[in-house]
Amino acid sequence: MRKLLGTAVLVGLGLATAAPVLAQGEQFIPVLSYRTGAYAVNGVPFANGTLDYLALLNERDGGINGVKISWEECETGYATDKGVECYERLKGKGATGAAYVSPLSTGITFALTEKAPGDKIPLLTLGYGRSESRNGAVFPWNFIAMGSYWTGADVAIQHVAKEMGGFDKLKGKKISLVYHDSPYGKEPIPALEAFAKKYGYTFKGIPVTHPGVEQKSQWLSIRQDRPDYVLLWGWGVMNGTSIKEAAAVAYPRDKMIGIWWSGAEPDVTPAGDGAIGYKALMLQHGPGQFGVHAEIKKNVIDKGKGHGKEDFGQVLYNRGLINSFIGTEAIRTAQAKFGKKPLSGEDVRWGFENLNITEARIKEAGFEGMMKPLKLSCTDHQGADLARVQQWDGKEWKVISDWYTADRAVLDALVAEQSAKYAAEKKITPVDCSKAG
Amino acid sequence: MTALNFAIPGGIGAILAGLMFALLKGDRKSAVDMVVHVFLAVVMAIFIAFLAAKAIENPGGFTEILVGGLLSGVLYSLVALGFVLIFKASGVFNYAQGAMVLVAGLALVRSLDFLTAKGVATIAAVPLAILFSGAVMALCAFVIEKWVLRPLLNQDGLTLFMSTIGATFVLEGLAQMIFGSGVYPLKLFPTDPMILLENVFPGGILVNKLDVWGGVIAGVLVATLAAFFQYTKTGRALRAVADDHAAAQSVGIPISWIWFIVWLVAGIVALVAATVWGTKLGVQFSITFLALKALPVLIIGGFTSVPGAIAGGLIVGAGEKLAELYLGEIIGGGIEYWFAYVLALAVLLVRPQGLFGEKIIERI
Repeated sequence: MRKLLGTAVLVGLGLATAAPVLAQGEQFIPVLSYRTGAYAVNGVPFANGTLDYLALLNERDGGINGVKISWEECETGYATDKGVECYERLKGKGATGAAYVSPLSTGITFALTEKAPGDKIPLLTLGYGRSESRNGAVFPWNFIAMGSYWTGADVAIQHVAKEMGGFDKLKGKKISLVYHDSPYGKEPIPALEAFAKKYGYTFKGIPVTHPGVEQKSQWLSIRQDRPDYVLLWGWGVMNGTSIKEAAAVAYPRDKMIGIWWSGAEPDVTPAGDGAIGYKALMLQHGPGQFGVHAEIKKNVIDKGKGHGKEDFGQVLYNRGLINSFIGTEAIRTAQAKFGKKPLSGEDVRWGFENLNITEARIKEAGFEGMMKPLKLSCTDHQGADLARVQQWDGKEWKVISDWYTADRAVLDALVAEQSAKYAAEKKITPVDCSKAG
Repeated sequence: MTALNFAIPGGIGAILAGLMFALLKGDRKSAVDMVVHVFLAVVMAIFIAFLAAKAIENPGGFTEILVGGLLSGVLYSLVALGFVLIFKASGVFNYAQGAMVLVAGLALVRSLDFLTAKGVATIAAVPLAILFSGAVMALCAFVIEKWVLRPLLNQDGLTLFMSTIGATFVLEGLAQMIFGSGVYPLKLFPTDPMILLENVFPGGILVNKLDVWGGVIAGVLVATLAAFFQYTKTGRALRAVADDHAAAQSVGIPISWIWFIVWLVAGIVALVAATVWGTKLGVQFSITFLALKALPVLIIGGFTSVPGAIAGGLIVGAGEKLAELYLGEIIGGGIEYWFAYVLALAVLLVRPQGLFGEKIIERI
């Protein structure tokens, strides 16, 4: 009897905790997330935003053009092996398989870049992943929408130059990069080295090993080196620890600029007053509540179906919303060609490549103030080069710059060089974009 | 660097190599052992000589990193002490120690936040929160003893170790489910930097007040634990249980009670570690990774020695910081994490029981 009861409790618990929104005849979207582990503080708000926008479409519109969306969340813990496992488990689910996958990890993106072409599933990597995957001819299944780490590196250097009084003032200066010792953290290095050659500053990369809880030696070395600026490419606990250690060695926080993955509320709040003055790039948007938030509150949260709580309107929650917005708009675009029915990954890839999110569509969807128009194509899987800079004042992020546009003269050459190298290494014949339909 | 900068460290290295070889020689058992020992002695001597050269080149910078590393090492020791206690008293390698630091930290910070939000003055809220988290650790100790250890009484060490891996997952999951998985700032100690020895080194050397607090707390903790093991009846009973569960039971030592006590004490040590590490990082899941930092400390210091945990912490802290700064620029950075394990491996090759551990001789 005790065994029976125990089994019943276990089965009940299992059903209660793992109940994916899944049904045949619906458009299936896998949600790779991390709600536990060292990176949960950043993973949770992003996942909440991602899910709340999908729920909004179902609750308010009955899905995308009436095609209901189903999804299943899978915990990756930000680990590449678990991410690949989640991808393999979810790629074939739903009526037509996965519409697209957002890995939310550059490491997982690197691994899935090898698999996606075989499975014909597009990868949406919003502001992360392989920077050279902008070249859709070589990476037809990767969509690094809105910005790459090279875009971020360029904008950071532009902002440093502006604060110093011009690019000519960069000559002889020292700029250090404190980075997560992973594919993510290493990604901006080629761009920063290229800019160092162009503008004459001395570049130094300072790696921090996962998860980044101990950074004393790195910051004592910064105290001794005294770089003019420190760029931060961290994630999870590493961000807060970097800012705390900077305060501990009295390195000025207003001479630190983080990438947009180092510029959310959980990155600065642990450091308390020590984070005042710290700057970070914005992947176009910042925190705040806009039209889409009111819709989510009315149609999802007030019905008790929402995920966002105290993170509602925070930077990473908003990025999760944008991620789902872009992904579902690609499905909507593909529906215009393939019909209002659940679509395969291959169909959705066409939708991504022909995506054109206009000012009017942004306004209609309630994202006005959060993002600028985005147009992707066969040759350009990024579609935007814009970013701004925000600064933490101890209570909230304040936008302190106008829009910057990344310098494509330098970056396009890097994209061409690195993607050609990748194509040669993997024996890929680039797609002829002049024939893309 | 001048010729002097090479000559002095070179001389130091040669002397050290000779001394280390002489020290290690007595332990050698075979020609292979001797080769390994000579190799390690030479590598260590070269490393120390290299550091000496760096110290001569920039004495202020070197001292700053060395002091910072030693103080960081003391913070590792705070976590390692919990492992030592349980291993010493029950022969169990407690993989759940990192999770216990998380549980203690979350219970402390969340109850403190709750009390301050209710308007309780900080001076009263802090002791109340400490009492609450102490009670949570007592509950953990009770549950682990009753449902994990008691059913496994007299099983071998590997079985007990595996059971603590299971306990880790349960504790981590439950703690985050009950108290939340965010980052919760904790400010129990000052974290400002201070500059020392400004008259000696240009710019002085920077030391963080939190690290100094960590050192003082570790010192008090070690003294208390040493007295507990040495001078109390329960402490002696703990040592008897560690030697042989069955024998201790046969002379009337209540194993269940002893195991509860030792897990409770390890829980209190975890709480102390959580106060310092929580102030440093904010209380969050990543605090469990400290267990991985404590492992090389234990291998170097010895699993059964409280002073060994401190000495191991100092060696790991100073070694990894100096290696990251000076070797990192030569062979590529990010070596801090694995360097501690390389040190531990070197110690394993020479003294498998650690520098201060008891040599265990078993009849086969």
